[in-house]
Amino acid sequence: MEQLFTDYTLRTVALGAALLGAVSGALGTFAVLRRQSLLGDAISHAALPGIGLAFLVTGSKLPLVLMVGAALAGWLATALVIVITGASRVKYDSALGLVLSVFFGAGLVILTAIQKMPNAQQAGLEAFLFGQAAALVERDLATMSALGGVALLVAALLWKEFKVLAFDEDFGRSLGLPMRPLDFILTTLLVIAIVTGLQTVGVVLMSAMIVAPAAAARQWTNRLGRMVLIAMGFGIISGVAGAVISTSTARLPTGPTIVLCISGVVVVSILFAPGRGLIVRAIRHQLRSTRFQREAILMDLYQLALQHHRRDHPHAEAALQAMQPGGGKLRSQLKTLAAQGLVRQAGKQQWALTSKGIAACAQLHRDRS
Amino acid sequence: MLAAIEVRDLTVAYRDRPVLWDVDLSVPNGVLMAIVGPNGAGKTTLIKAILNLVTPSAGHVHIFGKPYASIKSIVGYVPQRGSVDWDFPANVLDVVLMGLYGRLGWIRRPGRTERAQAMEALEMAGIRHLAHRQISQLSGGQQQRVFLARALVQDATVYLMDEPFQGVDATTERAIIALLRDLRLGGKTVVAVHHDLQTVPDYFDEVLLLNVRRIACGPVPAVFTQENLGLTYGGRVAFLER
Repeated sequence: MEQLFTDYTLRTVALGAALLGAVSGALGTFAVLRRQSLLGDAISHAALPGIGLAFLVTGSKLPLVLMVGAALAGWLATALVIVITGASRVKYDSALGLVLSVFFGAGLVILTAIQKMPNAQQAGLEAFLFGQAAALVERDLATMSALGGVALLVAALLWKEFKVLAFDEDFGRSLGLPMRPLDFILTTLLVIAIVTGLQTVGVVLMSAMIVAPAAAARQWTNRLGRMVLIAMGFGIISGVAGAVISTSTARLPTGPTIVLCISGVVVVSILFAPGRGLIVRAIRHQLRSTRFQREAILMDLYQLALQHHRRDHPHAEAALQAMQPGGGKLRSQLKTLAAQGLVRQAGKQQWALTSKGIAACAQLHRDRS
Repeated sequence: MLAAIEVRDLTVAYRDRPVLWDVDLSVPNGVLMAIVGPNGAGKTTLIKAILNLVTPSAGHVHIFGKPYASIKSIVGYVPQRGSVDWDFPANVLDVVLMGLYGRLGWIRRPGRTERAQAMEALEMAGIRHLAHRQISQLSGGQQQRVFLARALVQDATVYLMDEPFQGVDATTERAIIALLRDLRLGGKTVVAVHHDLQTVPDYFDEVLLLNVRRIACGPVPAVFTQENLGLTYGGRVAFLER
């Protein structure tokens, strides 16, 4: 832990990963809410040929040059998806798949061609496939924080416009807000978020950094503002954890390590989050169905008693069992009801309503009619 | 007197298929008007074309004699309730506040004044107590009232509503129609897509019978006839004895 503050490489890596986590968490929230998760995947894969071409054209490996190339290619891919869905009958998901694979294929070809070039300058570009956090230097950090900072600032300034864009685009337009330019800006911010993370996470798995923090964050809150903050937090934590683990131990590839960390966060969120978590929901469902079964037993006793002149007439457990096929836990349910003072045991395997139980039945009857 | 909404020769086509064909419409100021017609008649498209949410192939729309684009803020829109994802992370107040986003201007966030206005709109829609409820926990009728409140807070002059009565219970339907009558009392104009032919004479002053083309349009007693309904629905309406 101390190393984090003294070791230059580790500090650079941690800062870079934190930046990437924050930016992709924030912009990913909007992408997920707008059902554009897969667009993120297409953009990041499409960035690969952009990186290769930027290097071929300029001969430079400056992070800003490569990122601009990546961003342009990412944007071109997005525009192509829009053109394809608009001009043909190809559906959105198919168009995404087409564009993603064509661009990624082109990227691999270009990268291979670059590697075969007879000069030593080209080394290192293949790190963009799975990311290489250890290779981050201060110059990269400067570029990343400038781009990421701008993206976060614009998102904050256009907060309410982006909110209505994500929830109800047509309504926003009816208010006179320029939804098409806003859509363009938000998609550009998404491209920036993705490009910012490519060097660390790599093009193959970058989309996980867009989708996963947001998907996990949604489990913990019902407000957009908090969702963005929580997604940023999750992004930062898993980015730093993954980058540090991958750099400090057996030279694991950074992208996959970070993605494993954020996946862990997603699994925990889906299972354990209060409110939306699966486990909480299962428990709540169980409690509810047991309560319903208890109420049903109570009503059964009431129905049976209606056939007698006394409402507290006792009845055999076997009769109740017959009225509750599949009600396996009859005895324990009756004991719970007795503990609540709603029924009393009147002899061996005989049960009767108490006056409190009769009142409860009348109330239930009113509630249900 | 200047019509609240004046539509001339409006034609909308999706690919090669016309959805609306040469529609003329004149909505007098201060009336409740229903748009009725079978599925696929272009009712929603008409509303969206008036709001310029779909681009017409031909025709134009004027609101109080001016092009819609120049006076967007006086037109309120209540979209179909099913057009959005109600699992969006927001509460009722958040959604209603969106009605003020156009007026707020860039960068400014809604503050205390705006929240008070939103609460007032919620009061009018009869759901003030739901202000802090997560929107995924609303019933269909409550969702509809949230959308109405969001339009009310705009304080528009003309309201366009896409099926405000769709899938709501009887109580909500009565509350909504009372609300529409209040709006009319305040001099507002409301045009609503409506599905229940039985209630048209009770609820509305004017009616547009639409089936891609305009079949008839005008005051309900004059236009809402068995013959016109037959033309609109292709003779499949037999239940309406008048």
